[in-house]
Amino acid sequence: MADKKTPQLDELQNGKWPSFVTEIKKAAVKNEASKELLHLLERSYEEKRGHWKHGGIVGVKGYGGGVIGRYSDLPEEYPHLQAFHTVRINAPSGWFYSTDSLRKICDIWERRGSGLMNLHGATGDAILLGTTTDQLQPIFDELSEEGFDLGGSGSDLRSPSCCVGPARCEHACYDTLEACYNITNTFQDELHRPMWPYKSKIKFSGCANDCTASIARSDCAVIGTWRDSLIIDPEEVKNYAASGMNIQHVCEGCPTEALKYNAETQELSVIADECSRCMHCINRMPKAITPGNDRGATILIGGKSTIVQSAFMGWVIVPFMKMEAESDYEEFKDIITRIWEWWDENGKTRERIGETIYRLGMSKFLTEVGLPAVPQMVYRPRANPYVFWPEDEIKK
Amino acid sequence: MAELVVNGVSYELDEDGFLEDASVWNEDVAKALAPHEDVEELTEEHWKMINYLRDYYAQYGVAPMVRKLLKDTGYTQKTIYELFPTGPGKGACKVAGLPKPTGCV
Repeated sequence: MADKKTPQLDELQNGKWPSFVTEIKKAAVKNEASKELLHLLERSYEEKRGHWKHGGIVGVKGYGGGVIGRYSDLPEEYPHLQAFHTVRINAPSGWFYSTDSLRKICDIWERRGSGLMNLHGATGDAILLGTTTDQLQPIFDELSEEGFDLGGSGSDLRSPSCCVGPARCEHACYDTLEACYNITNTFQDELHRPMWPYKSKIKFSGCANDCTASIARSDCAVIGTWRDSLIIDPEEVKNYAASGMNIQHVCEGCPTEALKYNAETQELSVIADECSRCMHCINRMPKAITPGNDRGATILIGGKSTIVQSAFMGWVIVPFMKMEAESDYEEFKDIITRIWEWWDENGKTRERIGETIYRLGMSKFLTEVGLPAVPQMVYRPRANPYVFWPEDEIKK
Repeated sequence: MAELVVNGVSYELDEDGFLEDASVWNEDVAKALAPHEDVEELTEEHWKMINYLRDYYAQYGVAPMVRKLLKDTGYTQKTIYELFPTGPGKGACKVAGLPKPTGCV
């Protein structure tokens, strides 16, 4: 096996971008599975097809998710890839690590796995790529010993993730890191023991820039916002003007025309009631404009990828909710629990929450989970007249 | 391919230890599969679950959703993991001789 060539993969070591081939080759020096992975990948490049079998059900004791089983369809030729399972580790909020904790993960993984990782999976987990079934429980036990737990997989709550938040971002409207950590801990059972119709994801973004892409990639997006006026520092506005910035141009980018600039007096003002908190002016002039003081988040539901109903982006179900550690995120937990309960009762097998709402209707969803219908939930009112009325609302 | 030998009869298992051919399942096979899922002995409670899963599968051709399973058996999620530490999918369905769960797991 060692003298096999990988001409197509070698091509991918050229160029400026860091090469994944170089990384696998480094791992291959120490590990047979990684070496075989290179050769199997080269073969897939030649044949233009994958060589992993369908499915795989493996795991650790007490959990129904967290490990994704994978088997090669060529076990005789690639004996070290017969089993090549993926382990998801729930990553720290915002992906902040100390080198000490990373070294601990690497030590475990070098002894018991391929040495290859994905930092990070799209949902946010730290991913350990490739190990055998007999190593799963020992890996889990050693990770637990070092304070790490598995992430989610299957029809459960997947590992929540968040943006960098107030750790490094002046736009953050709530503590995304704390909310993510707190809420992950509260719903450990939902995360480790799949029991729903399908997967469910939560992502926390500190502001409408949505650096976790929560609106597109989570069933429940918690996006930071504020409900008073954004704050303008007149001195900093003058500094921007002095530096040659075209502030009029910033105002022209305001989608609701809420931002006004007087070039003569160099005064910038906002009509707070008109502002849709899109972040544009703040992004352009971060020293002069900041989110307001009455901060919280907008809750959106339904984001998902294509299968089955088509791709959905999340839509608003709670225009504003306070997200404060002092309240232990009680209001959020209460609502999300009711939503899951409703979905679990009404959802079909493999039906995402967005699809269940789409099938049964917003009105039924809102009534049954106890949320008031408000104009912020729709882009525009319905254009057809096929309106259902509850029996008891009709005067006969 | 792994093999499970029960009463002198050999049964083929897939990589995950599920029966290759679910139709060959019998109670002795279940008893032999149980230790692989950290179940030392199949008690009456285990059998209640196994029989429920088998009946449901025979009737509908699919495994029940977890919620349905909880409602019909009266077990809680916690009880199920106490009975089958590797969970309802990997543990209970395997011992009950149902086909392997598929999809985005």
